[in-house]
Amino acid sequence: MGSLQLKSIRKAYGSHEVLKGIDLEVKDGEFVIFVGPSGCGKSTLLRTIAGLEDATSGSVQIDGVEVGHVAPAKRGIAMVFQSYALYPHLTVKDNMGLGLKQAGKPKAEIEEKVGKAASMLSLDPYLARRPAELSGGQRQRVAIGRAIVREPKLFLFDEPLSNLDAALRVNTRLEIARLHRSLKATMIYVTHDQVEAMTLADKIVVLNAGQIEQIGSPMDLYNRPANVFVGGFIGSPQMNFVDGARLGDSRAKTIGIRPEHIGLSRDSGDWKGKVVHVEHLGADTIVYIESEQVGLITVRLFGEHRYAPDDIVYATPMVGSMHRFGADDRILA
Amino acid sequence: MSQARNSIFRTGFVHAALIAYTLISLFPVFLTIINSFKDRNAIFRAPLSVPTPQTFSLIGYQTVLGQGDFATYFQNSFIVTIVAIALVLLFGAMAAFALSEYRFRGNTLMGLYLAIGIMIPIRLGTVAILQGMVATNLVNTLTALILVYTAQGLPLAVFILSEFMRTVSDDLKNAGRIDGLSEYSIFFRLVLPLIRPAMATVAVFTMIPIWNDLWFPLILAPAEATKTVTLGSQIFIGQFVTNWNAVLAALSLAILPVLVLYVIFSRQLIRGITAGAVK
Repeated sequence: MGSLQLKSIRKAYGSHEVLKGIDLEVKDGEFVIFVGPSGCGKSTLLRTIAGLEDATSGSVQIDGVEVGHVAPAKRGIAMVFQSYALYPHLTVKDNMGLGLKQAGKPKAEIEEKVGKAASMLSLDPYLARRPAELSGGQRQRVAIGRAIVREPKLFLFDEPLSNLDAALRVNTRLEIARLHRSLKATMIYVTHDQVEAMTLADKIVVLNAGQIEQIGSPMDLYNRPANVFVGGFIGSPQMNFVDGARLGDSRAKTIGIRPEHIGLSRDSGDWKGKVVHVEHLGADTIVYIESEQVGLITVRLFGEHRYAPDDIVYATPMVGSMHRFGADDRILA
Repeated sequence: MSQARNSIFRTGFVHAALIAYTLISLFPVFLTIINSFKDRNAIFRAPLSVPTPQTFSLIGYQTVLGQGDFATYFQNSFIVTIVAIALVLLFGAMAAFALSEYRFRGNTLMGLYLAIGIMIPIRLGTVAILQGMVATNLVNTLTALILVYTAQGLPLAVFILSEFMRTVSDDLKNAGRIDGLSEYSIFFRLVLPLIRPAMATVAVFTMIPIWNDLWFPLILAPAEATKTVTLGSQIFIGQFVTNWNAVLAALSLAILPVLVLYVIFSRQLIRGITAGAVK
């Protein structure tokens, strides 16, 4: 219970087209993440699924039922917002129970479901408090609890972790992953943070300028990016892009190599260059090299390495690590 | 506030300025009240002195409460003010919600049209209003006054409230929609509580001109049964003789209800402000 089909969804504000024909299939129980730069239309797409925005054309089906003209509350969805969006004048308990109360469920049932969700999220001690008396992390847990209580077919998350600090973000991320496993619910999650996308998703949808660039599992996207945009967007530090002609490749316009797929040596290698800058991160060392043959490239080495600016080094790409993109920026077969 | 930026001199200066302003504002009120408790000779001989046992007199209050039907006048003023405020807040907030929440053709134009009333005084239309009231048989009814005052208060209410409504988070309204609240519930249960401070501001701004107005009661509802307090007090002001005791007593009494209403609204105002700050 909880599949979703989108068929050529378009959304325009006046003459400005935000979504340019989105086709997507989400299977029951999948964790799908929409990721992309700001303004790529990922939030608009989520709102369209929720029914908060109407698509200009196209169809949205939940469990095979067309919901284009169904009110948000009747679509069997629940949404968690970036700004928490808790009702400030209601207690945590009433915040979580409001949806069921509106649906006319008996009091005992509401009580039971709220209690269950609260214990899942360890919110029991806070049930009588108002949102203003909670910390950011607690507020977001209440917002998630409000979604759980509704027992929706689809969970929609709109950048739920963006307002939290780094440590809390990791904790809440784990909590969401755990929830997904225990509820076995279909979840759709919007983020601009590729780490969240890689760690949580079964399936990532990369969006850019209102279009889907690629759909795939996190490792699919990492190992086989379909085009230059996905190659550059997934992975940190960013993939190195080298002009195909500079490497003597006549078919590929651009060649992408991930920084972690380049070896470095002081004595010999394919590309000679000078170290421009070094970042020591403990677990990794990031080395920026200005090479004669391929220009500025980034190399990610594991562990600590004693390179310093102005050192002369030789970089060698690992065998089979090159992604060759054609003139249309798509991967070459 | 930081200790470093607040010298005693600065604090003292700020307080001195505020106290001076308070004294200037309250002095006429104070004068009205003390003189209302004096006899006629004392009012003219020593208008600035407080009542002494020799000059103390309740003759003004006796006149006001004895002559004329002041209980009715008060009741009329109350009904007109309260109902007009309620209508202004209700319709003003609804219009503001529509203007700030929904995108429709002519939205901005409609907002401007509704705000024009702030710039054009409603009294310019007095003749037309009177003709309209005569035609609809509303002359000498409180309904006439309520309708006029509602119209008078709406532009400012729409203007202020729509600005405030824009600040209410969209996510919150959307969360309500997903939880199955109707647009009316979203308006009444989510948005209105959040803009309570703005509502209180609008209520105060609307209330005072209505309570003090002499023009429309005089023109639209001068009958004995529909007189307001301000109009009622006029019977003591004659062409040749003015009963100052009675006028001052009537004015002092007229201050009280408006003061009570103001205290109620300003409580809301302060509560709203602190709730926002603590959050």
